[in-house]
This record gives sequence, structure tokens and C-alpha cells, in this order.
Amino acid sequence: MSRQKPKLAVHKFSSCDGCQLALLNLGEPLLQLPALVDIVHFAEAGPSDPAAKVDISLVEGSISTPEDVQRIQQVRENSEILVTVGACATAGGVQALANFANRNDWMSAVYTEPDQIETLQTSNAIADYVKVDWELQGCPINSRQVIGLLRDLLSGVRPREELQPVCMECKRKGLICTLVSLGEPCMGPVTRAGCGALCPAAGRGCYGCYGPAEQVNDASLLQRFSQLGLDRQALARRFHFIVNQAPAFKAAGERLKGGSHDRNA
Amino acid sequence: MNSQDPQVVSRRPGFLTRDALQKFFIVLSQLGYQILGPVVRDGAIQFDTLSTADQLPRGVSNDQQPGHYRLEQGDNQRQFDWNHGPQGLKPLCFSPREVLWTEQSKPPAFNPVPPSIEPTAVIGVRACDLAALAIQDRHFLSGSDPDPHYRQRRESLLLIGVDCARSAATCFCASTGDGPALDGGYDIGMAELDEGFLIWRESDKGRTVIDQLDLLPASDAQLETMLQSTTQASLAQQRSLPDSDELLLLYKRLEHVHWDNVAERCLSCGNCTAVCPTCFCYEASHEMSLDGETAQMIRQWDSCFSSTHSSMGQFQVRSTIKQRYRQWLTHKLAGWQSQQGRIGCIGCGRCITWCPVGIDLTAETVAVLEEGSLDV
Amino acid sequence: MFDPHVPHVAVIDQRVQESPTIFTLRLQYEDTRVQDAFEFDPGQFNMVTLFGIGEIAISIVNDPLDSHFFDHTIRVVGRVSEGMSKLQPGDHVGIRGPFGRGWPMEQIKGRDVLLITGGLGCAPLVSVIRYLMRRRDDYGRISILQGVKHADDLIWKEQYSVWSAERDVRVLLAADVATQSWQGQQGMVTELIAQLPLRPQRTVALLCGPELMMLAAVANLREKGVQDGDIWFSMERNMQCGIGQCGHCQIGPKTVCQDGPVFCYDELADFFGAKGF
Repeated sequence: MSRQKPKLAVHKFSSCDGCQLALLNLGEPLLQLPALVDIVHFAEAGPSDPAAKVDISLVEGSISTPEDVQRIQQVRENSEILVTVGACATAGGVQALANFANRNDWMSAVYTEPDQIETLQTSNAIADYVKVDWELQGCPINSRQVIGLLRDLLSGVRPREELQPVCMECKRKGLICTLVSLGEPCMGPVTRAGCGALCPAAGRGCYGCYGPAEQVNDASLLQRFSQLGLDRQALARRFHFIVNQAPAFKAAGERLKGGSHDRNA
Repeated sequence: MNSQDPQVVSRRPGFLTRDALQKFFIVLSQLGYQILGPVVRDGAIQFDTLSTADQLPRGVSNDQQPGHYRLEQGDNQRQFDWNHGPQGLKPLCFSPREVLWTEQSKPPAFNPVPPSIEPTAVIGVRACDLAALAIQDRHFLSGSDPDPHYRQRRESLLLIGVDCARSAATCFCASTGDGPALDGGYDIGMAELDEGFLIWRESDKGRTVIDQLDLLPASDAQLETMLQSTTQASLAQQRSLPDSDELLLLYKRLEHVHWDNVAERCLSCGNCTAVCPTCFCYEASHEMSLDGETAQMIRQWDSCFSSTHSSMGQFQVRSTIKQRYRQWLTHKLAGWQSQQGRIGCIGCGRCITWCPVGIDLTAETVAVLEEGSLDV
Repeated sequence: MFDPHVPHVAVIDQRVQESPTIFTLRLQYEDTRVQDAFEFDPGQFNMVTLFGIGEIAISIVNDPLDSHFFDHTIRVVGRVSEGMSKLQPGDHVGIRGPFGRGWPMEQIKGRDVLLITGGLGCAPLVSVIRYLMRRRDDYGRISILQGVKHADDLIWKEQYSVWSAERDVRVLLAADVATQSWQGQQGMVTELIAQLPLRPQRTVALLCGPELMMLAAVANLREKGVQDGDIWFSMERNMQCGIGQCGHCQIGPKTVCQDGPVFCYDELADFFGAKGF
């Protein structure tokens, strides 16, 4: 970090703003934040200086318009460290589901004058356009992740990455496996932890919003879910959902949709 | 005849009517114990704090199959007719997540954080879980550096065991020699009958409690039922493990093709290790406050199926699911024999029931031990 | 109650940059009673805590007779060691230890000692070298074979020339990539074994470095007639607790942090080089 008090910017692209709330919901640490960093741009919270040069930029949202493409280059240029936060910024978000279809058809179906809309053919991760230094996975990310990230950056060390699957978090919390005890298909075994096993805690299966775990054995999951009445196409849709463009989920969904399952052979 | 059976001779149980179970609870409370016992929650048997005996489940048994667990409501009055839920005693002594120490930066200091504990009576403990506890005791307490957190929790427990009168389809404790009848490691023993309980003390700690109960003499018929129930539960078991010597051969089968077969099914999710009552792996990591002035060292359960378990810098010793499953199985069934003098499996079958895809340790073991496939 | 999980505070007395990515910290416990009670064997390690960030296993590189301080030579490989590289004299770290079983120095008295190291593998062995030099009469011939990937990676150059001047001490260096000024050989360190006039019955080999290097060295040594029971090596695994409890550093039925890190070849022969263990 170049100065005593590093400058921080929070930029938003195509997204719902939910990840920015993880910052605003920090609680007591939020009061400590101004003593640690200069927040020079964070439109949702007040400060607005989108062109400022900063030490750390947190970027929420995906790239889905030509204007986004221009702006992210600028953000990259102005930032010493660029961190993408959330499913949109790290993997294109739920809006990237349209990547699997023809965008013009969709626009014609939704808007009366689609010609008025300027958009790219796909919604993409920030890393598809500029170099990204660190990522926070999740939809949305939570305050614990934000604190860990900022603290590590302030301490001058690499942030830690969560690599375990949701199941580990679920079991440590003493939750009962919905898959085994209810027969409800759960994406926990192939999904990265970090959420605190929120959905299993509410008695429903995980739907994969923190993105792929380190190991994604979709062939085995398909076999198991078929016994529970969830067919190949339905499982494909679970992979092609919130984090549909993350490479491991994208590939798993495509294998399932295509019917070819090399790992099953 | 029954009075000469070695089990009857060593136990010398008295009889407690079902209605008198509340008296047992009152005595435990008066002696200063909080009571932890089985409750039905979220469709499974879980251990929670109890204030009265009425909170115990009634007529509840379980159907356990690979990757499948369902409770079943019967019309009998039995309160310990279930086998086990996903956890045994492990979380009570080896906490899933706890603070080991706190740090402050100015002036630099590391402060131990002892666990907060109170004397706890655990009712409904099974033979397999007591065997697992003995293994964890050896792991955490017998070395040159006993774990103070584990020790304090462990010493706070009064263990009230119950014979298993039936087995789940995933149980195989008879083949590992760890059940279904209680065999040491507990303070008070119980055997459930239709009309109530046979109950006996096993330790001095247990005697203090038993002495305050007005037990009735057990009838010959009741003793006979006690003996027969565990015998029948044992005979009903459908799964088994080979004997210890044969299991040592697992280390001679490191390149067996069946490891690939398991790896095709295994999700590497770590559920088996989390529910295993003997698995002990943990990781400890720092959590620092945002202002950087204080930090906590937090220990939590880890798993040999996680990617970080074997990582050394950028290199992972076990990067594939096959290597991880092989590590887990060979360590548990072979490695522990030289480390602990016995295998690390006590036959509870939780890893089979709670595996999301129903991988069966007993079947995989037998398959790997079969000769003829790429042995090294 | 003594808690083996909780570190003691130690202060950095000196810091030496050995190479662009390797540095040495000379440490002293803040509590003099703890420092006075601190004893270790060559080959043992400490768990070193970077405040608020993490804890890593680092071997102790000085001689056990140095009772007022201890040295850790650290290579930047991960987030904790990278953070540690920024520490300066006067800064603090946490220390737990020493842990593990060190080199069999008592057992091998009177023998010829052959040390083979690669890369920063020299760190766990350097305390042995210092140990041998201070007790030169207790041991026979000493041969030090040190290999590095690149000639520039060699640290402690002056030390090697000091050691090679001692009586009955031979130092041979090898670099995969040599430079013009490199005075050692070009190639693998294990290729140096053939050049040694070994007395196999009297020789004990102490190995440290990448496992593939050690595997090759074991093969060469056995060819030369060195007995399996006379080959010792220091292993590296993911050591976290230091007390044989957390399970990460297991190799088959052994824990590296407690049964090792120094093993006799006999003890680990079944697993040495087995992928996934």
C-alpha cells in the first residue's frame, strides 16, 4: 500500500447492488473503516468520484454494455489492486444465462423497441476484460468475507480463498443433511463454502450461489439426483443458474445438457 | 442361569420403571449436571439440552441406508429405539469450531481461551460412540502434549450408555467388536425393555447417581430380554469389515483399480469425515479484527478430502479424489493400527448413511482387498 | 495449564536478507524464562506466527549451544512467509516449539557423515553442519553436497568456503543452471555422489531437499553400499499443529511433525516416493 491511509473505491457494473450491501452491513467494523481507508468513491454510500486514482477498487457487477467495457478499462488503470466481488463480477452473474440464448430474440420478446437498447451479446466476468487481482465469490458476498479481504490487503498479505465445499460448513454447524434426511437434491457437495450453509440451515438444499467447489463431480451427482427424481436437464439448470459462467459449472451444465457424459462412460 | 451370565454378573442391574425416568433426571439435576439427550429435530436424532424425561422421543426408530436417513414413528413407548443421528459424542469434546487463543498487537500477547463448560450428563450414548470416544481420548490426550480444550470438555461428561436393541441396516459394530452391547467406557448403563429400564453403574462417578435411585430388583425374564436384545441386534447386522490383519493389506493395494471406481462416485465433500466419530483432523486459522489490533486463532474440523489438507505452498500432495479417498480409507483401517493399536473404525456406519451418494466403506474395502487387479 | 497451541512472544533481534526470496530472522523469546528453558536438537522446527495472519513450520538453523537466541531461515512461498519477509528488527512473532524428532546426532557419533541437500533443503541441515563443526572430533570425515537450481540461489557462500577449509571436510556444489562465476559443477547434486571416495560401512547419509532428489540420492547411495538404516532424511508436509494431532502431515501411519521430520529410510521405505502420500 503506497500511503499511510489507502484510498478505496467501490464501483458498480451490471448488478443488483446486493454485494455493496455487505459493506454497508459491516456493523461495528463499518465505523472503523474511515480510520483505515479513504473511501473516495462509493456511490451507494455517498462519496462519488468515479475517476479517482485509488489503491483498492472493489468491483461489483458484470460487463454487459459497450459503456461497461470502456469504464472497466478506466477503473483498472486507476487502481493499484482490483478486487471483483460477487457472482456478477466474478462470473457474469445470473444475467449471463442469456449467454446461452440469442440476446436479440430475448430483447425482442421483452422490449417493444429493442433498437433503443445498446448491449453486448453476452454478460461477462470482469476478468474477461481486465486483469483481476483477487476475487470474492458469492451471491451476494457477506460482511465476513469483506472484512477478511480488506484486513489482509491492509496487512500487505494475499487474501485467503475459501476452498472447501458447503458440506464442511454445514456439518460444523450441526445441520442435518437435506439430501440424506429429506431426499432433497442439494448442490452443497459441489459448491464452495463461505455462506455459512444458509440454505441447509433453513431446511432446503443449496443452490450453488457461491460457485464451484474445488471438485465438481457432476457425473456422480447426476446418478444420485436421478434416484431422487431430478433428471439430467433439471440438474443442468442447477449448474446453469446463478454462477452459470464459472468454468466448472458451465462445463458441467453443458455436459449434462449435451447428454454426453464422458465421466460417466 | 441368567444370573451366571458374565454380562449379568458384571452389570448387576436394577429395574427402573419408565415413569421413574423423571426421577433419574431430577437426581442428575440435583447433582449439578445439565442433561443432554436425544431429541427429534429436522428429521433426525440430535443431542440437545433436556429438562424432563418427557422430551425424549417415543416410539421413534430409524431407517438408515447408504445415503438415506429417515425417522419412523411407531406406536410403542420406547425412548431409545433409534440407533444414532449424524453425530455421536465427537462435537461434545472436539468442538467443530472454537477459539484456541486471542492475540493483541500492542503490546504483543497471546492469550489462551479456555472453553466454557459445565458438568454434563449425556443420556442415550451407544457402545460404538463410546469406542470412538476411547479412540479420540487416546489421540488427543495420551501424547506428550494433551489437548487442554478436549480434556476440559471430556472431564465434564457423565456418560449414560444404552444397549442397542436393534441395528440399522448400515451398522456393523459387531464385526469391529464395538457393540451393540455396552462394553466399558461409560458411567451408567441402561438397557431398555418394553416396561422400563434395567440400569446399572459402571464407574464410581455413576454410583453416586445410581445410589439415589430406588431401583427394583430385575427379574430373570428381564435379564434374559436384556441379553437377547443385543444378541439379536448383533445377528441382524448386514454389513461387516474384514479382520484387522487382513485390513493391513490395504497398504499393499495402493494401485488397485477399485480406487478409480470409488473416485468416480466420491464427491470429495468431506461428509464422511465430519460424521465419523473418530476422524480428528482440524485446521486452525487467524481471524483478525478490521482495525488489525486483535485476532483470534480459530480451530475447526478439517477433512482429508479438502484441497488444502495436503497442500504445501503451491503443491498438493493429494490433488485427486482417488488419492484422498485412498488416504482416508487406508489410514482409518490400516494406519491407525500402528498408531493406536486398533483400526480407526468402530462400525457405526455413519459414513455410509450420510454420504450424499451412498458410498459404502465396507463394500469398497472388500473390493480393494480382492486380489488380481494391478496389485503392487 | 500448559497449552501447546498457544505461542510465546519472541522479538526479532536481527534480520538478514540471504537472497531475493530468502531471509533469516534471529529471534529471542521476550520472556527470559522461556528463552532459558528453550532447548532443541538439530533438525527440529518451530511453529512461527505472523501476528493476525497465520502460523508456519520453520526449522531451526543454529547450533543448540547458542542459548540466547535462535535463527530461522525462511523462503517466501506463501502468504504467511511473504508477510513475514516484511518484518524488521524489533518486530514480534509468536513461537511454539521446538517440535518433532531431529537428526540422530548421538547415534551417529564416530561415523563419516555425508550431507546431501538441494535448494533451501540446506536450512534443516545447516544446523547439523554447525553442530558437526563445533564437535569436529566426535565424527569422522564430513562431506557436504549442496545442489541448487540456479547458481544464484546458493546462499551462505562464505560459510561453505570456511567449512571446506576444515580438516577432513569436503564440500561439493552443483547447480542445474551454472553461471560464469560458478565454481561448482553443473548438473544434479546426486551426480556428485559418484565422485566421493565413500567408505560405505562407516558412512551415514543425511538428506534434505526435494523428494525426487532424495529418491535419486537413496538409489545412488544404496548402489554405493550404504545401508538403508544409515540413510536419514528430513521430510516436508503440511505441518500445522506440531504435536501430531491435526492430521495434515501424515505419510501412511507416520506423522511428519511428531514421528519426523527426520526419518530413517527404513521407517518410510513403503511410502517414500509413493504418489499421494
